[in-house]
Amino acid sequence: MAPLLRMLVAQTLSELRIRKRIPAFSLTNLALPVLFFTFFGLPFARQTFPNGVSVGAYLLASFAAYAVGSVMVYGFGIGVATDRGMKIDLLMRATPLPPSIAILAKVINALVFSLLSIVVLIVYGIIVGGVRQDLTVWIDIIVRLLAGSLPFIALGFAIGYSSGPNAAPALANLIYLPLSFASGLFMPLAQLPGFVQRIAPYLPSYHYGQLAWSAVGAPSEPLLTSLAWLAGYTALFMAIVTRAYRREQSLKFT
Amino acid sequence: MNPVVELIAATKRYGQVEALRGVNLAIQPGEIVAMLGPNGAGKTTSISLMLGLRQPTGGQARLFGLRPTDRRARSRAGVMLQESGTTGVLTVRELVALFSTYYPSPLPTDQAVAMAGLVDKADARVATLSGGQRQRLYFALAICGNPEVLFLDEPTVGMDIEARRAFVASIRTLAIAGKTVVFTTHYLREAEELARRIVVVDRGLIIADATPRELMAKVAGKRVSFAVAHSLPVDVFRGLPHTALDVSDGRVRFLTNEPETVLKALFERGIEVQDLEVAGADLEEAFLSLTRRPEPA
Repeated sequence: MAPLLRMLVAQTLSELRIRKRIPAFSLTNLALPVLFFTFFGLPFARQTFPNGVSVGAYLLASFAAYAVGSVMVYGFGIGVATDRGMKIDLLMRATPLPPSIAILAKVINALVFSLLSIVVLIVYGIIVGGVRQDLTVWIDIIVRLLAGSLPFIALGFAIGYSSGPNAAPALANLIYLPLSFASGLFMPLAQLPGFVQRIAPYLPSYHYGQLAWSAVGAPSEPLLTSLAWLAGYTALFMAIVTRAYRREQSLKFT
Repeated sequence: MNPVVELIAATKRYGQVEALRGVNLAIQPGEIVAMLGPNGAGKTTSISLMLGLRQPTGGQARLFGLRPTDRRARSRAGVMLQESGTTGVLTVRELVALFSTYYPSPLPTDQAVAMAGLVDKADARVATLSGGQRQRLYFALAICGNPEVLFLDEPTVGMDIEARRAFVASIRTLAIAGKTVVFTTHYLREAEELARRIVVVDRGLIIADATPRELMAKVAGKRVSFAVAHSLPVDVFRGLPHTALDVSDGRVRFLTNEPETVLKALFERGIEVQDLEVAGADLEEAFLSLTRRPEPA
């Protein structure tokens, strides 16, 4: 049998190459967070909150969370639905490539792309917005957001397995944009309507945002609480994925 | 010798539909086998069971003596499926090179590309290929792992004449190299041209399993038709060697291997035959006579 590591490396490089060649998707994912930060963040980037936290750093952390989540939700949601629509999965299933390797390659690829997306955003914030933080803070944001992205990977797969290639982008937008907005990723929660503030603590993106906000010193709940919520949402989304996946398998492969 | 692939009393049911109704089939190393049958006969289902893409409802499927989903078995098999897709943005060479990494001792990428007749298109993106070229790409992906057995589901669909010729040549090369090849087709001519064994599948059952020569002897070879002035008695053809009898518009048509015997008997039975035509049945017709069931009495 062929070594799994060799398969994983080849599969990951191919996925990266594919992504590079679909610039519409890649550039959108790189540009949108920067664009949103320009609209919603740049005017206040040099201010500080009463508690001394840099508004610029806080908003960069918010949009970094938005960026990683969107890579995961749109990337997997649309990607998996497209693969299914084109029956790419059918041929792959007949090869000796284990499905776990194929999925792992996609996840690695998404993490690499998320990293790129955050780095572009932060560098933009530093250069254009004049936001200053220790390097360790930036690294902390990156590590926390990448490590905590599991619920959004699961959400992406859930969308990808329960919708077709045409519906997936709409469904992803319909779910992810309101989630991000209502969780205070676009503007601080305090500036949003009261009912949104009351809903936010139940949303996955709110707790995901906490990972980044705690890195800049502005969390509104203990880290363990955030992690518990994220783990719960991961379990919920994985249950949806498992159901949709099983249903599809029983249609296509039993 | 242990069979490369085996179906043992395999049945497959999709809801109410019985796609396979108890199939026994063992294919030995080096055999070139055509699975022949009309659409919906159960050819694709058979291949899917052999590959572990679907699970039998009853009975079992073995690939190299293992469960077909076993990676050790899969690593020795190459596959070309109907209606499967692949990413469009990689080039032919990139995709073949990627698939090669799935197998323990693959062919050099350029060799696989050349065997599929895609040298000119090696650096073209998959999305730009024509239907026939895409079919060749799937062939390249099937052989790139240097597999011992190849499963090809309707390989020539969408191929133009030139691509088909190249494909036939490649299969012959593989046969000489001792590979086992299992392919499905609904063209008897294609089965006859390539295979040394033809398995005829119809309505979920194997109805014939023979060499092309044996099969050709078994199927009706002549098409006979004539006009009759009066309507025929019902039992006029009783006991005569024929298939696919059709009487309409005052004309009788049937297939037979022994037109002389049939006609002689008809004369003896006093049937007046007008405007007689006897012609060699074409292969499709002959094949139809094999898969057609006798009308219920």
